[in-house]
Amino acid sequence: MLDGTPKKIIERHSGGVINPAKTCQPIGAMYAALGLHGCLPHSHGSQGCCSYHRMHLTRHFRDPIMASSSSFTEGASVFGGGANLKTSIKNVFTIYNPDIMAVHTTCLSETIGDDLNSIVQSAEIPEGKIVLYANTPSYVGSHITGFSNMTKGIINQLAESTLEEPKEQVTILPGFVNPGDMREIKRIVKKMDIDYVMLPDTSGVVDSPMTGEFVMYPKGGTTVEEIKDSGNSQITLALGSFASADPANALDKKCGVPAKVLHTPIGIKATDSLLMALSKSFVREIPYDLEEERGQLVDIMTDTHFHFHGKKVAIFGDPDIVISLTEFVLSLGMKPVHVLTGTPGKSFENEINKMLTEAGIEGNVKAAGDLFTLHQWIKNLPVDLLIGNTYGKYIARAEDIPFVRIGFPILDRSVHSYLPVVGYKGAIRIIEMISNALLDRADRDAKDEDFELVM
Amino acid sequence: MQGLAIQERKESIFTKGEQRNTLTCDTDSISGSVSQRACVYCGARVVLNPITDAIHLVHGPIGCASYTWDIRGSLSSGEELYRNSFSTDLREQDIIFGGEKKLTQAIDDLVTKYHPPLVFVYSTCIVGVIGDDLEAICKAASLKHQIEIIPIESSGFIGNKSAGYRAACEGLLRLIKNQPNPIPPKEKNTLNLLGDFNLAAETWIIKSYLERVGIKLNVTLTGDSSYEQIKKTPIASLNIVQCAGSMIYLAEKLKEEYDIPYLRISFIGIEDTIASLRKIAAALGDEQIIKNIEKLIRKEQEKTWPVIDYYKHKLQGKKAAVYVGGGFKAISLIKQFRELGIEVVIVGTQTGSQAEYQTIGDLVQQGTVIFDDTNPAELENFIIDKGADLLVGGVKDRPLAYKLGTAFIDHNHDRKHALCGFVGAENFAKEVYSTVCSPVWKAIRTGGMTE
Ligand code: SF4
Ligand code: SF4
Repeated sequence: MLDGTPKKIIERHSGGVINPAKTCQPIGAMYAALGLHGCLPHSHGSQGCCSYHRMHLTRHFRDPIMASSSSFTEGASVFGGGANLKTSIKNVFTIYNPDIMAVHTTCLSETIGDDLNSIVQSAEIPEGKIVLYANTPSYVGSHITGFSNMTKGIINQLAESTLEEPKEQVTILPGFVNPGDMREIKRIVKKMDIDYVMLPDTSGVVDSPMTGEFVMYPKGGTTVEEIKDSGNSQITLALGSFASADPANALDKKCGVPAKVLHTPIGIKATDSLLMALSKSFVREIPYDLEEERGQLVDIMTDTHFHFHGKKVAIFGDPDIVISLTEFVLSLGMKPVHVLTGTPGKSFENEINKMLTEAGIEGNVKAAGDLFTLHQWIKNLPVDLLIGNTYGKYIARAEDIPFVRIGFPILDRSVHSYLPVVGYKGAIRIIEMISNALLDRADRDAKDEDFELVM
Repeated sequence: MQGLAIQERKESIFTKGEQRNTLTCDTDSISGSVSQRACVYCGARVVLNPITDAIHLVHGPIGCASYTWDIRGSLSSGEELYRNSFSTDLREQDIIFGGEKKLTQAIDDLVTKYHPPLVFVYSTCIVGVIGDDLEAICKAASLKHQIEIIPIESSGFIGNKSAGYRAACEGLLRLIKNQPNPIPPKEKNTLNLLGDFNLAAETWIIKSYLERVGIKLNVTLTGDSSYEQIKKTPIASLNIVQCAGSMIYLAEKLKEEYDIPYLRISFIGIEDTIASLRKIAAALGDEQIIKNIEKLIRKEQEKTWPVIDYYKHKLQGKKAAVYVGGGFKAISLIKQFRELGIEVVIVGTQTGSQAEYQTIGDLVQQGTVIFDDTNPAELENFIIDKGADLLVGGVKDRPLAYKLGTAFIDHNHDRKHALCGFVGAENFAKEVYSTVCSPVWKAIRTGGMTE
């Protein structure tokens, strides 16, 4: 397969995909919903989709992923899925008893044209329970769009502004990142001594500890109270425009909380921006602890820069992550010559192109691309390093390139979801990953006489 | 979990010795359950995917293709084309105006790029609704490119995984029936293996047994198979069927159309492996082969039993839960666990038939819980209730088992070692031992922070 990718680039006419760099909206919606406390995500469609989404998330997080399905059968495709959803709502609360049921659509229910709003309005929902919903047609956008749509839905349906004056509190929309990242962002905000609501927050849900007991609704997740209160915040920091800008704007529209869209805080510059935004909005000094972490990061960058300088990199994955990673590797002196995301969006190409132009680098940049294209690029202009999700391993093997796994999904390594790539600590971790990959390769390939102890 | 015994589910669970002895199965999951069941497309795809030199093109939005990209560990000795993910990636305008044009172009693109002998086009739910005429498009493309392009009607909501198996079998039949040249006569002592997917090289193990005793393995459907090989299906004098759930339909058809008799066999566990080999020998009726097989059985057992006994000793008294796709596999596993001195206290399947549940009921001891399809909450209850030390299941069950402090074995796509034949029995014993007796379980209860 691996050498099945021809070097010669022939234009493809169909717009079909070979080896995707994205997946569908509902899985993003499911992931976002898992970040609510006591929530059972619900897939309104055939059972197959739900099964696939759970399986995929299970493989990435290595934790039980719960979600129910409307289990469409043929009738639903003719008469609509309203009855299935109503039955589902009844059954979900009777059997699984969550606080919240968060419904997302699938291709099928979207195509049939089920109107979630009216179905949910007319359904019997037990006292004190909440049914949220979001439209997530997979033929638009990607899993990131689905994450964004669900987060927006949650805000639109629950957030409230109840106070005259906003609270000294920040609403943080972390975007589609791992629970380890969410924990790190929270740690940073706490260190700044600022109250916050993080939405969604999958830490403590999909990285829950082993207790010898299976808990259907683990301790983590944003609570209903917190979601409501997100409308009282002084500001929203939307981390990553693709996953978080829309929901942040929704919160602005609904509750008048001004939104600031930042990059996902991967790398020194993006983390600086996060801290500066916090510090400015809440008039806080950056505490010494964080200064120290930053100093350590810079120290490490200088200690290791000669390993990185001028090395060519290919980066692919979800747009918010890739944008920040590109910025970060540039700051290390590397050359990101191929940058690609599967998610559609011109702004991705614009942002990356701008960075590359500023750095004087000519590169291939593409949104709505696939890994076949990336592989062809690499065949035509080889790189020293590949950064991306698990699916990069085929290219890495075919072209014998060192490979660093960052992003979603990672199906062939563990622990990644527990540790951050965001913040200064995350940046340090990325440097460790990159330099280990490069130096392991150097060791592997060195002739005896060039094999060095100190590197 | 409160209110667990939801009315509709009661029909799908029973405990041996307590209630009546039949249970409802092969139904669709109820709306609102955390079901493990997969869809038609999934069923069709897993059956056909191991055909190594085919393009497997998924006609639908991206997800259906993303989730099935190389997830099944079926190995190939030749082509690797099947390990790519091809999708028409339907977008909004395709949903409105139809995806036929895009599909035609995608086929054109792929055929010019890869020159495959064969393309499968899978329909997904949405295609069933927008009404693209797959049949017509594939036919036209087939004429244009002069290769076989076979539509697989696998819209997800029209039934469950079993319907997908059926759709896959129909596709295979088309392939087999379309013979440009006259079919050569049947070859003696030559057989086809149906329903093995060469997960962790299992096809190759079975093949080696057969070759050692003088039987030729003509083609495996579909593990490590190719277009050319599948075309040769009719020359076999016997079909052996391993994963009956997916392939019995095809076996029936091949019997009807090509007069090839079939045998249901199972190479899971020593007992079933031996019985299967003997069954094959008897069916072929060749004296030499019968002798060879007895010799092979003797030799292999000499190697295997000491290994099994070593682990059996360590595993005595442990209890297992089994939750797998097909009923036939569940039956074999119950026997295999018995070989290891382990009692199966919970058994469930996703696609088991009435007859298979009957057999299961006969095999297990009093008090064993038997169920059809389940959800995590139920499964958890059973495991805790019955005190199972080990769960055999699929991808999504692993973390659940671990959270309960229960050992786990993947007997599905994620299996890491071959689990069939004599060597598979050894691997299985080793794997059971290494998970059940791992020291990590001790860390749960004897953490340094508790007294
Ligand atoms: S049908 Fe749509 S929602 Fe379901 S898996 Fe396919 S792309 Fe995703
Ligand atoms: S859309 Fe249909 S075919 Fe695709 S995964 Fe969902 S149920 Fe299966």
